[in-house]
Amino acid sequence: MSSVAPILTAEQIAKTFPLPAGGEQTVLEEVSLEIAPGEVVALLGRSGSGKSTLLRILAGLIQPTHGRVMSKGKLLIGPNPDVAMVFQSFALLPWLTVRENAELGLFARGADKKTCEQEAVTALAMVGLEGFEGAYPRELSGGMRQRVGFARAFVMKPDVLMMDEPFSALDVLTAENLRGEISELWEAGKFPAKSILLVTHNIEEAVLLADRVVILGANPGSIRGQLKVDMPRPRHTKNARFVQLVDYVYTVMTNPKAPVEGLPSKAAESERFPMLPHARVGGISGLLEIINDRGGREDLPKLAESLRLEVDDLLPAVDAAALLGFAVVEHGDVTITDVGREFATAGVHRSHEIFKEQLLKCIPLATTVVEAIKQKQDRGVEKDFILDILDEHFSESESERQFETLVHWGRYAQLFEYESNEERLYPSEHEREEINDPRI
Amino acid sequence: MLETWRKTFLFAPHPETGRPTFSLADLAVGLGILTLLYVVARVGAESLVHFNPPEVIPQVGLDPWNLPNYAARSTLRMFVALFFSIVFTFIYGYAAAHSRRAERVLIPLLDILQSVPVLGFLSITVTGFIALFRGSLLGLEAASIFAIFTGQAWNMTFSFYHSLRSVPNELDEMTTLYRLSRWERFTRLELPASMIGLVWNGMMSFGGGWFFLAASEAISVLNRQYTLPGLGSYVAAAIEAKDLRALGWAVVTMILLIVTIDQFFWKPLVTVADRYKLELTAGEERRFWLVDLWRSASLPYHIGKLLDPMLFRIDRALSQLTAAHSGGAPQKPSKAGDVVFNTLMGVISIALLIAGIRFVLSGVGLREVGHAALLGLATLARVVFLIAISTVIWTPIGVAIGFSPKLARISQPIVQILASFPANFLFPFATLGFISLGITLNWGSILLMALGSQWYLLFNVIGGAQGIPNDLREMATSIGLKRAKEWKYLIAPGIFGSWVTGAITASGGAWNASIVSELVSWGNTTLTAYGLGSYISQATSKGDWPRIVLGVGLMSVFVVGFNRLLWSKLYDLAESKYRLG
Repeated sequence: MSSVAPILTAEQIAKTFPLPAGGEQTVLEEVSLEIAPGEVVALLGRSGSGKSTLLRILAGLIQPTHGRVMSKGKLLIGPNPDVAMVFQSFALLPWLTVRENAELGLFARGADKKTCEQEAVTALAMVGLEGFEGAYPRELSGGMRQRVGFARAFVMKPDVLMMDEPFSALDVLTAENLRGEISELWEAGKFPAKSILLVTHNIEEAVLLADRVVILGANPGSIRGQLKVDMPRPRHTKNARFVQLVDYVYTVMTNPKAPVEGLPSKAAESERFPMLPHARVGGISGLLEIINDRGGREDLPKLAESLRLEVDDLLPAVDAAALLGFAVVEHGDVTITDVGREFATAGVHRSHEIFKEQLLKCIPLATTVVEAIKQKQDRGVEKDFILDILDEHFSESESERQFETLVHWGRYAQLFEYESNEERLYPSEHEREEINDPRI
Repeated sequence: MLETWRKTFLFAPHPETGRPTFSLADLAVGLGILTLLYVVARVGAESLVHFNPPEVIPQVGLDPWNLPNYAARSTLRMFVALFFSIVFTFIYGYAAAHSRRAERVLIPLLDILQSVPVLGFLSITVTGFIALFRGSLLGLEAASIFAIFTGQAWNMTFSFYHSLRSVPNELDEMTTLYRLSRWERFTRLELPASMIGLVWNGMMSFGGGWFFLAASEAISVLNRQYTLPGLGSYVAAAIEAKDLRALGWAVVTMILLIVTIDQFFWKPLVTVADRYKLELTAGEERRFWLVDLWRSASLPYHIGKLLDPMLFRIDRALSQLTAAHSGGAPQKPSKAGDVVFNTLMGVISIALLIAGIRFVLSGVGLREVGHAALLGLATLARVVFLIAISTVIWTPIGVAIGFSPKLARISQPIVQILASFPANFLFPFATLGFISLGITLNWGSILLMALGSQWYLLFNVIGGAQGIPNDLREMATSIGLKRAKEWKYLIAPGIFGSWVTGAITASGGAWNASIVSELVSWGNTTLTAYGLGSYISQATSKGDWPRIVLGVGLMSVFVVGFNRLLWSKLYDLAESKYRLG
C-alpha cells in the first residue's frame, strides 16, 4: 500500500484535555497513521486508548494539540469534507424521516431536491431499507436505525468512511448480520467509499473486516503496533487462520507490555496442529467428485449456488480437502490435485488407504496420536491426554470438536479405534470390514 | 425537513385518502381563524386610543358585560408578551450557548434577573414607557407587557440555553461533519431538540404571567394612579368599590379564560411538540381533538402546498447566509482577549455597584439600610415558614397523586388551573377574611404569598413521586417496609431532588409575591405587614427612588444569597447523592 499516496495522514498527533480539577490529561501521544485508498483499517484498543479521539481528529471534529492531519495531501483545518461517519448511537434526528435523515449531508451541500431524493433512495436501497423512506427512526429497530446511519454516510460518497463502534449498540445477532452485509458490500466492490477507518474494541470484528489492525495502548493512547490481516475475503470466524489471528491479538491486548511484532508467522507452532475443519469424509469425497466431474476446477460461489448451498456450508469440506492435499484453493477457485482425483475415483478399499496416507502426511496431530498409541500399546490412550494437547491451541469446546473430527477421520483411515465408553483410543490391529461407512 | 415542519404545523395528509378534501373541519378551521383575526384587530386598535395623563385616563366599568372585552385585551397583552419572550429567548439563549465570552456574562446576569423582584421595577418601567409613547395608551400597554415579559422570559431562556447545551454530542458532531449551516443546524437540530422544554416552560411561565398582568394593569406609581382596561384593573376597581359580585364575575372569567387558552393554544402545542422527543423509544403518539381537526382540514394543506416553494427558497437563502466556514479553523479565543474582556466586565460591575450604593447612601443614609435589612429578615422568615408549611401539607398529597395514575389523571387539570390562576385575584377575598376575623397581615401575608407559590412545590413533588421506579416500590412492599420506613428510605430520598427544584421556584415566587402581599387593601382599609415587600410597595407608590433602589437591591441580595448559601448546596446534594438512575 505504501506505493500509493495516502488519502489521510496523521502526523505526530498529540492531544491533551484540560481536567476540571486543573492540570491536563494526555489522551494521545505521538500518533502517526496513514490511510491508503482501498484499504480497511481498524483502530483497536481498550477504553482509554483514545481511539475515538484519534478518529475525531482525523475527521477534523477535534483539533490536535500537537501534530497535524493531512487530507489528500492538504493540511486539514476544520471538519474534513472528504469523510463521512457512522456513529455509535446512530446520531439520527428523530423528527426527520428516514429519507430526510439520509439526505441531510447532501442537502447541506446545497444539492437540489431531486438529487437529494434520488441519492438517498439509492443509498437506502443499498442497506436494504427500500420502502422505509417515509418512516421515522423511532419506528425502526436498532439495526435498521444504524442502516440509516450507513445510508447517510454512503450518500456523501466519501473518500474515507469512518465508523465509530458502529455495531456496539446493537444486540449480538443484529450486529453480526449488519457487519456481514457491510463486509459483503466491500467485497463486492460496490462500497461507496474508497477506504474504511473502523474504531472498535471487538477483536473479531477488527480481524473480520480490516486489512490492517492498528493496536492502540492506553494511558496515554499511542500506537503499539500493527497487524496485517493476510486472509482472503470473505473471511470466516471458524477458519483456522482467523482463530489464530484473533488469539494473537487477544494475547497482545491482555498483556499491555507485550510487544506487537506484527504478523505471527504462518509457519509458527500453530502450524503443528492446524485446525481441523469439521467436515465428514463423505462430504470431502463428495465435493471432490463433483469438482472432478466439472473438469477439476470450479469457482466456489458458483459451486455453492449450483448446489443451492451457502458458501459457508461448503467451506469446511473445502478447507479439509485443501488441508489434506486433495485440492488447492486460490482466489475463490478450487482446483483438484492428482491425489484428490485418485481419492475421488478410487474404490472403497483404496480410498481408505489414500486417506490414511494423506492424513499421516498432512495432519501432524494424527501422527502425534498414532505415536502415542504405539507407545501405550494395548492400554490405549485416554481422550483427556489428547484434549490436554489440544487445549494449548484451542478453546475447550473447540478442542472437543477437534477431537471428534480427528476420531472420525482416524476411524475412516483405520489408523485407530475409539471406545467411547472407556474414552480411550486403541490401535486398530484387526482390520474390520464392517466399519460403519462414513459415506452416508 | 420542510416537510417535517409542514407536517407538524400545517397539515398531515390523511392516512387513507392522502389528500384531504373540503369538509366540515375546514368550515370550523376557517371560522376559527376569521374570528381570531377579528378579535385581535378590534382589541389591538383600542390600545392605540388617545391617552394624555392625567387629564384623560381610561375608566374601568364594573358592569360584567364589559368582562369579555377586558378579558380579550388582557389576553392580547399576554400573547404579545409571550411573543417577545420567545424572541428574547432565542437571541439571548443562542448567544449564551454559542459564545463562551457571552456566556460568562449572560448566564450570571440571567441568574440575577431571575432573582430580582420584578414587581419592584414596575415604577421604573411605567414611567419610562409612558415617556417613550407620549400621548398614547401604548406606553401603559408596553409597561404592562414588559411586566408580564419579565415574569416569563427568564425561565424560558434558561430552558432553551440548557437544551442547546445538552444536545447529544454525537448529533452535534454529525451536524458539524456534514457541514450544516447555522440556520440548518438551528432548524433541524437545535430548535426541535429544545421544543418540548420550550413549550412546557412557556406554558408554566404563561400561567405565572397572569399574576404580573393583574399586578401591572392598575398601579399607582409616583403618586399617580394608572389604569389600563383589562381583567386586572377590573379587579382593582372592584376592590376599591368593595364590589364582591364583580369580583366573583372576574374570578369566573379568569377560570374560563385559562381553560380556553389551555384548550386552544397550549394543549395543541404540547401535543405537537411530542414529536420532538430526542429519545428513539417508540410510544403512542399524543392526540388532541383540536390537532386532529386541524390535520383533517384541507385548508392548511393547501396553504402549505402554496407556501412550500417559497419556504424552500427562504430556507436555502438563510442556509447560504449562515454557511459553515469552509476550511476555516475554529478560532481559538486568545488568552489576552479573555483577560481584557474579564477585566472590562469586572470594572463595569464594580462601577455599577458603587454608583448604586452611593445613590442609596446619599438619599437615605446608613440607618435606613439597617432598617430595610431588618425588614428583609422579616420577609425571609415568612418565606422559610411558607416553604416549611407547604412542604408539610403538599408533600404527602403530591406523593399520593404521583403514586396513583388514576388520581393523577383526575387532579392534573385541576392543579394546572390552580397554578395558572393569578393568586392576586383571590387576595381581596382573603383580605376581607383577615379584616373580619381580625388577623394581622403579618401572618396573613404568608397565606397570600403561599396562594401563588405553593403549586410549584406540589407540581414538582408529583413529578418526583412519578419518577420513583416501580421496581423500587415493589421491592419496598416485598421486603415489608412499614410506611414510616418507606418514607425514610425510599420516598423522601426519591423525591428530594424534585422537592429542591420546587422549593427554589416557590421561594423565588414568594419573594416576588411579598411585594403585593404585604400591602393589601379593601375599599379604604389598607393592611400592611412588617416586611421588605411592603417597604418596596410603599416606596414605589410614593416615587421614592433611593428607597426603591435600596429595597429592590436588598431583596435581590437576599434571594441570591439564599440561593447560593442554601439552595445550590441542596441542589448539588440532590444531584450527587439522591439521583435515581
